[in-house]
Amino acid sequence: MAFESETLADIATKSVKRRSFRKSRSARLLLGLSGFIVSVLLTFLGLLAITFFIGRVVPIDPVLAVVGDRAPRAVYEAARIQMGLDQPAPIQFIRYVQSILSGDLGTSVSTGKLVLDDLKRVFPATLEMATLGIIIGVLLGVPMGVYAASRRGSLVDQIIRVVGLLGYAVPAFWLGLVGLAVFYARLKWVAGPGRLDIFYDGLVQPVTGIVLIDSLLAGETEIFVNALWHLALPASVLGFFSLAYIARMTRSFMLDQLSQEYVTTARVKGVSERLVIWRHAFRPILVPLITVIGLSYAGLLEGSVMIETIFSWPGIGNYLTVALLNADMSAVLGATLVIGAVFIAINKLSDVLYRVLDPRAR
Amino acid sequence: MSLLEIENLRVTFPTPKGNIDVVRGISFNLDRERLGIVGESGSGKSMTGRAILKLIRAPGRVSADTFRFDGIDLRNQSEKAMRSIRGARISMVMQDPKFSLNPVMTVGEQIAEALQTHKRLPRREIRNRVHTMLEAVRIADPERVATLYPHEISGGMGQRVMIAMMLIPEPDLLIADEPTSALDVSVQAQVLDIIDEQVKRKGMGLIFISHDLNLVSSYCDRILVMNSGTIVEECNAGDLRNATHPYTRGLIAAIPQLNETRDELPVLDRSTWVAK
Amino acid sequence: MANVRSWLIDDSPSSRLQARLGRAYRISGALSRNPLAAIGAVIILILILTAIFAPWIATHDPLKQDLTQRLLRPSGINWMGTDELGRDIWSRVVYGARITLVIVVLVAVLAAPAGLVIGAVAGYFGGWIDRILMGITDIFLSMPKLILALALVAALGPGIENAIIAIAITSWPGYARIARAETLTFKNSEFIAAIRLQGASSLRVILGHVLPLCTSSMIVRVTLDMAGIILTAAGLGFIGLGAQPPLPEWGAMIARGRSFILDQWWVATMPGFAIIIVSLGFCFLGDGLRDVLDPKSGEQR
Repeated sequence: MAFESETLADIATKSVKRRSFRKSRSARLLLGLSGFIVSVLLTFLGLLAITFFIGRVVPIDPVLAVVGDRAPRAVYEAARIQMGLDQPAPIQFIRYVQSILSGDLGTSVSTGKLVLDDLKRVFPATLEMATLGIIIGVLLGVPMGVYAASRRGSLVDQIIRVVGLLGYAVPAFWLGLVGLAVFYARLKWVAGPGRLDIFYDGLVQPVTGIVLIDSLLAGETEIFVNALWHLALPASVLGFFSLAYIARMTRSFMLDQLSQEYVTTARVKGVSERLVIWRHAFRPILVPLITVIGLSYAGLLEGSVMIETIFSWPGIGNYLTVALLNADMSAVLGATLVIGAVFIAINKLSDVLYRVLDPRAR
Repeated sequence: MSLLEIENLRVTFPTPKGNIDVVRGISFNLDRERLGIVGESGSGKSMTGRAILKLIRAPGRVSADTFRFDGIDLRNQSEKAMRSIRGARISMVMQDPKFSLNPVMTVGEQIAEALQTHKRLPRREIRNRVHTMLEAVRIADPERVATLYPHEISGGMGQRVMIAMMLIPEPDLLIADEPTSALDVSVQAQVLDIIDEQVKRKGMGLIFISHDLNLVSSYCDRILVMNSGTIVEECNAGDLRNATHPYTRGLIAAIPQLNETRDELPVLDRSTWVAK
Repeated sequence: MANVRSWLIDDSPSSRLQARLGRAYRISGALSRNPLAAIGAVIILILILTAIFAPWIATHDPLKQDLTQRLLRPSGINWMGTDELGRDIWSRVVYGARITLVIVVLVAVLAAPAGLVIGAVAGYFGGWIDRILMGITDIFLSMPKLILALALVAALGPGIENAIIAIAITSWPGYARIARAETLTFKNSEFIAAIRLQGASSLRVILGHVLPLCTSSMIVRVTLDMAGIILTAAGLGFIGLGAQPPLPEWGAMIARGRSFILDQWWVATMPGFAIIIVSLGFCFLGDGLRDVLDPKSGEQR
């Protein structure tokens, strides 16, 4: 009898335990989510702190940078108070965050317009180029990485490895220049700098700001083709860098997978090599690969800074470069903030995707 | 004619210091019976199992004087021909379901794949056969289990899934490479029981690879004892007590007994056979 | 000779010196068997030698202008041609090796120890110190490095010193992460406990025992990062924020050659080849070093 009641009690505690386990699981999920949101917010705050630091603290005297060194004392003081520099640093920072949150990025000295409006205008051009670049990178890089891993040690594998390393060794701006010299000037395979030929310029109403889409919306296939013609080289240059990175990472993920026991299991079952590679080795790496692609995409937004000047591409990189050379700090910090925010957003998004998509992490 | 005839099988790996044979010319025959291969880790027993499937990865090499399965000379089978043998005619249950099941495919998909690789069947029939097979390995709720991912099931259930996967194409020879050593003691017996039942019912040959001499002797018909890549002892399971090789005798002596009076278990004295 | 070798590969060295030399011998042996790593090491060696012996290797004065000799094709006299001011490009590339080497060494000297100390302190003490330090590190890690460096240089003012500072500020977080991870693996080991029991202070444990253990993975990481540092520095030079004229910095040289890319291709391409070769050299060497020193970490960076 005693034995029986014990087991019953046992079962009772077990079921309680199980229920509380379930509860703690959803609680843990909620905790994880809130922790994640906090980390995103902190990272954005960190970005603001860094731009604040660069803008207000690093220059020897930010007031001089605005009024010039020959301004009379009174003007200097007025500017100083107007900029809020007489306040202690924490208050200055809070004011800075407030103004950024209200969308005030200041006015650009070089264009004379609001930095926010400038950025809205130039960002789509960069997005267009980087998106095409990442498409090229994924379509070529993933198969290259898979192939290299499945033929480890072969000549093709060695070549793909070196291509992967070249992605770390070739300066983007140099590749852009050489590309222009070879494919535009010599071979005439692609169009030169700019987004469109001059006589097409301004013919299409900007709706999204992305010429490929706008021209299709307007039904102007001729302009669409011309835009593609102009995009081909800069997007390929960016594509090269993302394909190098993606191929390298895919290869190393695949090598890791191919040494797993379950790949042997598949071979024991008599599964063909093609299916062993694509179904058993490749499918598990899809999730980490998405993170890699996300990182690479963010990297392309950054990389566009270096090549937009070369292709006279009216994007955020070009805008930033011009601002840098004119010491136009509002524009510099605005562009830094936007690129930084997009970079962080993509980073964190791929993090979320990882957790959502992987059956093991669910 | 035996199901499997092997003479002078070698598995060689090149290293910077020269070639190393991990299996050094072993010979044995197998009928539709249960053969145990026992040995410590590194004795070459697992390599023997993989060599039979010709799944030794480059740069490793397999060679043999005779290497025949059901009259087919495995030595000169192409990779494509080997694929039609693997799974369909020779299959292998591996050690740890935690690593040997694909983590991103459901259990059902993985079992169905073993079947589809060798036969074109209508969807419904595949589903039915997967469920029947899961039932045969004593899984109570096959419809539900088939939709689970490997990390959602226990180790014992994982190994039963593995067995189902390897037996569903109805092979003639099953190699079980330490099928229970990653499992809790409580489920080991059950898994062994399932393998035994299936092998008997379908009249297959079984190669049971293990480091556990006791287990093998109670479970198999015949036993090979391997040490550093060679077979040192071959006998019927019942005759194990009369084994002559010092390695085997050492192993038997090291097995603890229930009515034990010894204070210390003996340690293998390798000098007696390594010297020769 | 055979004696020396067997002394070097002895499994139980009898002195610290023997152990260290033996390790160096094994590493160099493993590296020389890896062809890419060997090529990388040779490239870096050539870079260093070129930087040291630049006056003897260069055929001309890198700064001397000669407008009668401008934009000449590569020839027996001007191996890489001349630029728009008639300066010999080969000699400028040779002297550019000095600038590149200085940048790379200074960034490594500034960023690696900073990251090492921050990571080791965070890992060793744990708790709040760890959370705060790693929080800051993570924020820096999720920023776009190049943009951050650009903004910093814009604020600090153009110039090679500021470029070095900016690059160093953006590259320490990676090292802090590694140092922390390494420290965590050693922290609870027996030998650290033994040293603590002997009464060693935290400072002494970190400096004397934790940091030295992080060095090999650190060396690998620094070598792999070199290519990125060179590219960033060249990029700053190209935009006009790095080394200022007339310094023969490779990125700035490419910027000058930009206007002539269609007709006088050599002005912009030659310094680019120098950048690629040196960066590849560091990549090859880093890859090889990783395989030898840190085989577990695989290919992922």
